[in-house]
Amino acid sequence: MNGDVVIDVQGLTKSFDGRVVVRDLSMQVKRGQIYGFLGPNGSGKTTTIRMLCGLLTPDSGHGTCLGYDIITQSVLIKRRVGYMTQRFSLWQDLSIRENLEFVARVYGLDKAKERVRTAIERLGLKGREEQLAGNLSGGWKQRLALGACTLPEPELLLLDEPTAGVDPKARREFWTEIHHLAADGLTVLVSTHYMDEAERCHEIAYIAYGRLLAQGTVDEVVAAAHLTTWTVSGEDLNELSEQLEKLPGIDMVAPFGTSLHVSGRDAEKLNRAIEPFRKDKRWRWKPDEATLEDVFIDLMSHAEDNF
Amino acid sequence: MFGRVSAMFVKELLQLQRDRITFATMIAIPLIQLLLFGFAINTEPRNLPTAVLMQEDSDLGRSILSGLRNTAYFDVRRVAHSEAEVDHMLKSGDVLFVVEIPAGFARAVRRGETPALLVIADASDPVATGSALGALETAVTMALLRDRGLPAVVEGTKLFEVLQHRRYNPEGSTQLNIVPGLLGTILTMTMLIFTALSVTREIERGTMESLLSMPIRPVEIMLGKIAPYVVVGFLQALLILVAGVFIFDVPVIGNIWLLALLTTLFITVNLSIGYTFSTLAGNQLQAIQMTFMFFLPNILLSGFMFPFAGMPRWAQWIGEALPVTHYLRIVRGILLKGATLSDLGIEALALFGLMLVAMTIAVTRFRQTLD
Ligand SMILES: Nc1ncnc2c1ncn2[C@@H]1O[C@H](COP(=O)(O)OP(=O)(O)OP(=O)(O)O)[C@@H](O)[C@H]1O
Ligand SMILES: [Mg+2]
Repeated sequence: MNGDVVIDVQGLTKSFDGRVVVRDLSMQVKRGQIYGFLGPNGSGKTTTIRMLCGLLTPDSGHGTCLGYDIITQSVLIKRRVGYMTQRFSLWQDLSIRENLEFVARVYGLDKAKERVRTAIERLGLKGREEQLAGNLSGGWKQRLALGACTLPEPELLLLDEPTAGVDPKARREFWTEIHHLAADGLTVLVSTHYMDEAERCHEIAYIAYGRLLAQGTVDEVVAAAHLTTWTVSGEDLNELSEQLEKLPGIDMVAPFGTSLHVSGRDAEKLNRAIEPFRKDKRWRWKPDEATLEDVFIDLMSHAEDNF
Repeated sequence: MFGRVSAMFVKELLQLQRDRITFATMIAIPLIQLLLFGFAINTEPRNLPTAVLMQEDSDLGRSILSGLRNTAYFDVRRVAHSEAEVDHMLKSGDVLFVVEIPAGFARAVRRGETPALLVIADASDPVATGSALGALETAVTMALLRDRGLPAVVEGTKLFEVLQHRRYNPEGSTQLNIVPGLLGTILTMTMLIFTALSVTREIERGTMESLLSMPIRPVEIMLGKIAPYVVVGFLQALLILVAGVFIFDVPVIGNIWLLALLTTLFITVNLSIGYTFSTLAGNQLQAIQMTFMFFLPNILLSGFMFPFAGMPRWAQWIGEALPVTHYLRIVRGILLKGATLSDLGIEALALFGLMLVAMTIAVTRFRQTLD
């Protein structure tokens, strides 16, 4: 086994009731990396993460997680992986402290009480440890869930949309924490819908309709898309947007605040299409770098929809 | 107003239709239960398990034996040869009835001395044995007259006398039977409900995903979930027993520690069965329905409401598969008869076996993934 590859899976496929949800997915994640997992709703992110930690059995495909087979050795994987579920799934009728102590005992940690106390302090939950988990606000629930899955000192964290519905400050603190953990050698696979979070990852993977469409660093993913992008500013952008969308050579038109992003995969066709509009005095055209979001929206609109 | 009610009505109907198992049980269960209990329950007991104690070997003794075998009331299972054997059979509940033919009986009958025919009835269930006592005298007299051609008796005189001995409950008090029965059925109901919801609750609240992602095995989850209720069940049993002794004058003849031990076993069996339902059910409603489906035969076919001996064979076999049937024998045996572990060994083993079966099903059927 290669000690530096923590997740190494090939050809994972999973279907529910005859509908393929994850199709032929392969990926590698190296130790100490923060790996972002992006994709539209229902694209199979949660399903993939569940397959990695043994909560779902893939229909076909194979691979290892921390060097253990994901199909036959899921018990060993569970001991070393912290999984934070998309939906809060700790016990709402237990207090913060009781939830954490339960986790500590199930993992057979020594000095459970002490560890729980330090975890509570580290999470900034001191003073509320007797509060029932069910009564916490959304952001605090996330914090508790992260505390619970890091408590057993796992080697790999699988975080499923850990910052959905969390305020910007808490989100920033959360990511600082994640980077600290990664610096200590922890590997993190994190799914998210936020572009700024994607840019904080060492590498990202983009999945749509069960297929992995792009993989690599943010720069690599943007470069591989070969998107030529123009930014347009001026008046009557709505009208312009409606006209541009119909033209061949233009793959994506998206409003960005007071300007418009116009992209196409074929630079020549794109330029030809916008030629007549560039003469119009109402608009100012400026060549621009494609953003990650441009790339994702483009990838998504070209991936086949299997709903 | 009407629009909103009908909106609610349609929504409930759709949800009901989606839960196929619940829907099916609503139709099937009443029908199955009706047929099952309709045919099984018989308030006039027949085929009472009976032993004959032969203190002499005579032709009259043999015709009494065959006479008893010819009636529907008695099922002569054993021919005993000593008092000790008879004691054990009664204590363990193997037989409810013993007919003793004393030494010198045949000679005394022939001489017209009207000897005594001794009958020992297990009166711990007075309903079961009550009507059979009356039938006994007629059956024996008929047999003797037919087989042996004894002189027809003169009006008002008898060939022999029946000497009744009601054991364990000489006054025929029904409470001595009901209280142990209630102990068993109340424990069954409460224990089943405690665990029947334990797994489905985790699934419905979404906490199952957390639990499954942790390194804990199904058997560990099961034991951890059952254990606290063993204590609760034990306290409940204690409460019922104390009330039974002080309010209903139920005697405690046997060893109280043996009763405590076997009660703990019985509690654990029911908790395991409840837990098994919980792993089989898809949601809480299904789990509750399974519990009730299981609870009804526990009341009706266990010998609690109706005498066990009166049920047809197949219903008795169903009864043997229910924990409360065995526990009733244990409680009646220890409280009223002073039975020991050697008398109750089979019942204890049966409970243990049922527990193992339930736990095995629960552990193997426990879904370890979310598939
Ligand atoms: N247990 C299940 N049974 C049937 N279908 C399922 C099940 N779990 C997931 N699916 C389907 O699989 C698809 C992928 O779901 P998944 O939860 O993996 O998506 P996701 O990428 O995590 O989406 P989101 O960003 O909304 O969380 C969805 O269409 C979903 O309806
Ligand atoms: Mg998801």
